[in-house]
Amino acid sequence: MTGRTEAPARLVAGAVQRWAVFAGCLLVWQALTAYFDDTYFPTPVEIAGKMHELWFSGPASHLFLTTVAIENIVPSLGRLLAGWLIGGATGVTLGLVLGRSRAGLDYADAIINFGRALPAPALLPVFLVLFKIGTPVQLATIVFGVIWPVLLNTVQGAQSVEPVMVDTARVYGTSPTRLLVTVVLPASLPKIFSGMRIALGLSLVLMVISELVGATNGIGYQFQLASQSFDLSAVWAWIALVGILGNLLNWLFLVVENRALGRHRASVG
Amino acid sequence: MLLLGWEGFSRSGVIAREYFPPPSEVVVALVRMLGEREFLLDLVATLLAWLIAVGLAVLVAVPAGLLLGSIPPVRTAVGAVIEFLRPIPAIMWFPLFSVILMDGPETKIMLAAYAAAWPILFNIVYALGEVERGYIETARSFGLGRLAILLRVKLPDVVPFAITSLRIAATFALLVVVSTELVFGGDRGIGIYLIRYGEESGRLDIVLAGAVVAGVVGYLSNSVFSALQRKFVMWAPGEPR
Repeated sequence: MTGRTEAPARLVAGAVQRWAVFAGCLLVWQALTAYFDDTYFPTPVEIAGKMHELWFSGPASHLFLTTVAIENIVPSLGRLLAGWLIGGATGVTLGLVLGRSRAGLDYADAIINFGRALPAPALLPVFLVLFKIGTPVQLATIVFGVIWPVLLNTVQGAQSVEPVMVDTARVYGTSPTRLLVTVVLPASLPKIFSGMRIALGLSLVLMVISELVGATNGIGYQFQLASQSFDLSAVWAWIALVGILGNLLNWLFLVVENRALGRHRASVG
Repeated sequence: MLLLGWEGFSRSGVIAREYFPPPSEVVVALVRMLGEREFLLDLVATLLAWLIAVGLAVLVAVPAGLLLGSIPPVRTAVGAVIEFLRPIPAIMWFPLFSVILMDGPETKIMLAAYAAAWPILFNIVYALGEVERGYIETARSFGLGRLAILLRVKLPDVVPFAITSLRIAATFALLVVVSTELVFGGDRGIGIYLIRYGEESGRLDIVLAGAVVAGVVGYLSNSVFSALQRKFVMWAPGEPR
């Protein structure tokens, strides 16, 4: 959260330090699991071996990816990103409009407060009845979960726009839609980005949860299969994959955010 | 207004009624469920599991957060591991937790407590790093020890952040309890009720009513924490990030 303001050199030093600690923990973990030799706690080396076997032992023509990887990880990522983008776009649009309209916000307030309090997985049975098993269940769960944090952040962003900017644009006869897109949207970007980042992490969680019950492929489905057949090293491998994906997505998002907001700051300040 | 529109739209028969019941039918289902012993027992089981989980998370995460936040080297060390673990949904640890704890409500409680502990820990550690240096220097010049500074200077500053984090923690815990019930079943809980009596027989009114109950529980918990926050903000205005 404070990362944006830190100098690059400190950022690099911090990253090196973090990775060193992380590697140290892996070593300790390896030593402990090797020493106790419990079936439920395989060593990191075994897990890495399993990960390679599960996903990267495929033919060269498929970039060494296995069918398991192509038929599960790819659709999962697709659902995650599609749900995130649809929910995000809806949240931003509604948030921009509601953030500029006192009356609209008063009307929507009750629904927003109820919607964000409702844990998205509680709607899983609803979506399962409506859509049976398949991608629509994942999309619906992710979209529902993601809308609220993005919406609330966008509203906050839109409300914080300098009145002078809005008035100036009005004086020049800018239409309300144009005003939203050219003035309010850019000024709300920092808040929108922070909402979208929360939403990205949430999408990953909701993707996995909804795939545990409502899918015939995907990371969550494969994880469930592994745990039901007591293939513990596979269970660990899928957990590790989700951890890696979560960190990767977060990092990619930060890179994009820094680019976008860097330009934004230059144009505003 | 929205409810009226929904009612009208659903009764108009554009979409088959079984797929889109009007709110009046959901309300009827809800009232019937609330009068049902079976459902009430499930609801109580879920609420209890949730409350215990939040309580456990507070008991562990508050002292841990204060400790980690006060010792910078430990903070960076643990930070790396926390950062890696954070994106992993708590529910994925179910197979491992259930091995250690056996099948029963203990597993879902521990999972929910685990999920709820992170936001508390993270917010307290973060808030400790943000305490005004001047306050600490002043306290030090008055001859206060480290522990006294922690309890009397830093702690009051951290409280608003801690309350916000409690709200998030409660939300996470509820999410985990309900999802664990939905996915892995168990003896009692509203997630189990919804799968057994709603999802398996395709009763949309029941599953919607269940979602409404979960929403009301979440809404009430949010309101309680917002009220607490407003009370504390009077003497410590700190809008957490």
